[in-house]
Amino acid sequence: MALETDLTQPALERDRALARLREMLRIRRFEEKCAELYSAAKIRGFLHLYIGEEAVAVGALSALEADDAIVATYREHGHALARGVSAASIMAEMFGKREGCSHGRGGSMHLFDATARFYGGNAIVGGGLPLAVGLALADKMQGHARVTACFFGEGAVAEGEFHESMNLAALWKLPVVFFCENNLYAMGTALKRSESEVDLSLKAASYEIPAWPVDGMDVIACEDAARRAVAAVRGGAGPYFIEFRTYRFRAHSMYDPQLYRSKQEVEQWKTRDPIATFQARLSESALLSEADLKAIEDDVAQEIAKSVEFAEAGTLEPVEDLTRFVYSERTPS
Amino acid sequence: MSADVTPPNRTTYREAMRQAIREALLRDPRVFLMGEDVGRYGGCYAVSKGLLEEFGPERIRDTPLSESAFVGAGIGAALGGMRPIVEIMTVNFSLLALDQIVNNAATILHMSGGQFNIPLVIRMTTGAGRQLAAQHSHSLEGWYAHIPGIKILTPATLEDARGMLWTALQDPDPVLIFEHGTLYNLEGELPADASAVAIDKAAVRRPGDDVSLITYGGTLGKALQAEELSAKGIDAEVVDLRTLRPLDTATILNSVTRTHRAVIVDEGWRSGSISAEISARIMEGAFYELDAPVERVCSAEVPMPYAKHMEEAALPHVHTIVETVSLMMGDRG
Repeated sequence: MALETDLTQPALERDRALARLREMLRIRRFEEKCAELYSAAKIRGFLHLYIGEEAVAVGALSALEADDAIVATYREHGHALARGVSAASIMAEMFGKREGCSHGRGGSMHLFDATARFYGGNAIVGGGLPLAVGLALADKMQGHARVTACFFGEGAVAEGEFHESMNLAALWKLPVVFFCENNLYAMGTALKRSESEVDLSLKAASYEIPAWPVDGMDVIACEDAARRAVAAVRGGAGPYFIEFRTYRFRAHSMYDPQLYRSKQEVEQWKTRDPIATFQARLSESALLSEADLKAIEDDVAQEIAKSVEFAEAGTLEPVEDLTRFVYSERTPS
Repeated sequence: MSADVTPPNRTTYREAMRQAIREALLRDPRVFLMGEDVGRYGGCYAVSKGLLEEFGPERIRDTPLSESAFVGAGIGAALGGMRPIVEIMTVNFSLLALDQIVNNAATILHMSGGQFNIPLVIRMTTGAGRQLAAQHSHSLEGWYAHIPGIKILTPATLEDARGMLWTALQDPDPVLIFEHGTLYNLEGELPADASAVAIDKAAVRRPGDDVSLITYGGTLGKALQAEELSAKGIDAEVVDLRTLRPLDTATILNSVTRTHRAVIVDEGWRSGSISAEISARIMEGAFYELDAPVERVCSAEVPMPYAKHMEEAALPHVHTIVETVSLMMGDRG
């Protein structure tokens, strides 16, 4: 496995491994709390959990620099957290509070953060791809050595916007990396029931974009692939495409009875849980002790508890402000 | 600038628009033009002819036939610090980019709680009168005016063709400019130092006392040509809306309050239209000033037919305006 070959410098790699584990656990515990708060009616609207897919966001985002841009989907809590958007501001957003990262106007599906160059949660499948192409175009025209990372699910490959964006990005050799999160289901529609060609890399490759599949349940494999792609894109090679093969353990949203897949299938994928398997590997390699794990879990629990406190203590925007943010308030530059 | 020494130039709407784009490219290095056939072909209505030679392919970008991708890329580029002018060949083609315009351009400022504004200009041709049938002739600007978050401009004069673009580019939010296809050959004189104009006010193009003809874009000329009205002793005021969103309600109501009669001339269909909106605002704001019910001269509710006589029968004309006003003024024959 990639893991052994990468852990050649134990001292350094231990830090990296623990950091990745911590980040995945942050996302997992944060979302478990979200599900609980949804049941308690503190969070409403749609809530799409990323549980099971954490290795992808954590691995892929580890490969980016601070001034790179991210475009994500409506299942983006993990990406926002891994990108450094504070757990408190995300939780406050889900509570609809004005201290939220989108001022309470976006909710779970529309997390935004200018300082993190996090261009949202886009809830139109495929709708974020043209945007990412444009961000990359702006960087190229202005001579910035920045990369735009665009996340989307495998369902998006059925959309025209996917194909239009692949073509334009490749045609203009733009610095954008397409991170396709293939969790096998577009809501309830299995990939094989909706695509004549299920090998997604082939679709990107048909636009002359280097593309390959990666085990999306292995955080180090995800990170290594993303690093390779991002380095090439930053170097001026044009767009890259990675298909992360992953799986969503929870329902599509909180309203999904999951009639479209079997319990056995879900259980089988859970044996490949990206956190449990990574944890086990680290323990076996003596990189992770019980004490390390406890320390991480305690830190994470504390951060999440604080985020809930922050959200609870947050304020509601006055209704008089309803029509703000339709047009800009600042003067043009 | 000394206006007394520069004689006015004889020019066309097309040329005025080209000069506006040229000026923007010269003044602001962030500005670029992209769209289908804007470069080598010179623009499908020859608006951008010569610009590729002057500014090069980086700033005059020919795109594939991918409306969603290049409009979305314009949004992304605007987010990334550029000032794109995106040209869509005709309003009907803009429907292929509706997701990007309505779900992204109009919403991102709001969904992000005011963090991300989109300084983007989208230009497109609109309207009928050239026997281009039902997929190149519609007037959907009123439809776009339904959407909060974008601004809708309809330049109908040489001054506005020359001056609206720069102001639109200074706007921090997305602005859509609708150019009526029959106006490109409009000729007239323009001051040599013509430059930016305000985009937030309607204009009274002809003052009058008896009736307000409220119109915009391709039908402004028709309203102004209703000379027969003067022959009948009817003094019509012609209001050019110029901007359909935000609508300058004050100018409309001021005019109607003086003339006590309103006829709205709109090439769009009447059902659920901007003409219906204007009528409603007059009812809400000037009902007791009215001496007659508000009348509308709109296009017949059919997809635009090809045959010349049928297309003409579908559109508002000078004679239909004259008939409508005459009937309203009590002239029955």
